[in-house]
Amino acid sequence: MEAIRTSNLTKYYGKSRGIEGIDLEVSQGDFFGFIGPNGAGKSTTIRSLLGLISPTSGEGYIYGLDIRGDREEILARTGYLPSEAVFYRGMKVKDILKLSASLRKKDCREAASVLCRRLQLDEERKVDELSFGNRKKAAIVCALQHEPELLILDEPTSGLDPLMQKEFFEILKERNKAGAAVFLSSHVLSEIQRNCTRAAIIREGKIIACGSVDELSKTSTRRVTVHGSVNLEGLEGIRDRTDTPGLSSFLYSGDMNLLLKALARGRISDISISEPDLEEVFMHYYEEDRK
Amino acid sequence: MTLVKHELKQGKLSLIIWTGSIGLLLAVCIFLFPEMKGQMEDVSNVFSSMGSFTDAFGMDRLNFGTLTGFYAIECGNVLGLGGAFFASLCAAGILSKEERERTAEFLLSHPVSRVRMITEKLISVFVQITAMNLAVYAISAACITFVGEDIPWKELNLLHSAYYLLQIELMGICFGISAFMRRGSAGAGLGIAAMMYFLNLVANITESAEFLKYLTPFGYCEGADIITDGSLDGGKIVIGMAAGAAGILAGYVKYTRKDIQ
Repeated sequence: MEAIRTSNLTKYYGKSRGIEGIDLEVSQGDFFGFIGPNGAGKSTTIRSLLGLISPTSGEGYIYGLDIRGDREEILARTGYLPSEAVFYRGMKVKDILKLSASLRKKDCREAASVLCRRLQLDEERKVDELSFGNRKKAAIVCALQHEPELLILDEPTSGLDPLMQKEFFEILKERNKAGAAVFLSSHVLSEIQRNCTRAAIIREGKIIACGSVDELSKTSTRRVTVHGSVNLEGLEGIRDRTDTPGLSSFLYSGDMNLLLKALARGRISDISISEPDLEEVFMHYYEEDRK
Repeated sequence: MTLVKHELKQGKLSLIIWTGSIGLLLAVCIFLFPEMKGQMEDVSNVFSSMGSFTDAFGMDRLNFGTLTGFYAIECGNVLGLGGAFFASLCAAGILSKEERERTAEFLLSHPVSRVRMITEKLISVFVQITAMNLAVYAISAACITFVGEDIPWKELNLLHSAYYLLQIELMGICFGISAFMRRGSAGAGLGIAAMMYFLNLVANITESAEFLKYLTPFGYCEGADIITDGSLDGGKIVIGMAAGAAGILAGYVKYTRKDIQ
């Protein structure tokens, strides 16, 4: 059974577009990345899945449970990390963690203590005094301490320093290995590429590509870096070009034969033709979709 | 009852401040009574001949020289207005604060149904209002005993019951409003309480506006009527409780369908 399945999920805020016809399938055990720039509809999709907002149309299921009617059961099996962690003023971290656990009718003290230690979070501190990053850590512990089957994480690493990001992804990988599904939204493509097995790209409320991260990276576009001098005039399909004396780098999606002919006419000391990284693929999908 | 406990903890300071302030003002009024008692005959005559002002506060039908008359007007206004403001503020903020302070996402991403959340929040407001009223009632009774007066139990119970019901009605109305608002709920709550108070003053002054007494909960809290009749006006109370219940129902209907921001 899929951890998440949506079919034609649509949300309008009055006349404004939120998301349109979102079809997603996230299997149990997936480490799924949800990529898109700000305002693309990532949070709207997540908030619809969690029942914070009602979809205008379409269907959504988490472990076969309807996102409209089975909200409580879904939330009992899910851990959610919001993009911005805000807590009740005046409370200590340990009180927030205790409140979260009691709302789930669980005793999570042991798991919370381990997570706080790994994330270097002081449970005695008041949430008002915490930096953005430390508030994020408290939210991470809230999302993970009850050991949910599905983790829904909205922009999870914003505010975390690189060491903490590393530790955080270690924890996520452990949970994923233990069987949990991870659904992670981000606009930091490198972190999706490093950590996720599958991903979907969302643009202006619509999914424009979905598949394994490897598949998504495999496009006909190539990053070409040429050391030497070459005349690329008249070649179509070149973009993102940077030229410095003796070096040209560009993304090429045109006819490969024409490129090779142009390169053969030049004076080249070194050349590399490689698959673009996910960030470049992301831009490729965006531009393809705009055409 | 996790949320009830949580809300009570969150509202503890506000409850202490409001209870302390209303209790202190009531105590001051009661402690003033023995000193003023001797001069009350003159004061009563003055107060009962001030035209519209006299009508507005029902001072033509109450004797300022007696503890019940004095208590119904002076302490009634303190408890009436103070209690109304407290109940309105408490209820108007209870749902809207989650979105205003952006904690709604934290709370509603837990397996708590919206109905349970609304119910527990409503219970917490009810408990706070009840606690404030019990404390103020005890303070009043203690102060009356302290100044050496006999406690007029019947009148005291009737007056305090009327003000308690007023607060419950306002709680219901403001609770409903809280479900619709994200910001400005405190202003709306205070505004409604103040408007209800002034509607009653208008109803007291103008005969043609007497129907307003059926719209405002202060209509069944009129000290002069309660002391004179020796009972509460059941008809007005039923209308008031229906208005409060309608507010609560509207709150449930709206909040269970609301998109949380």
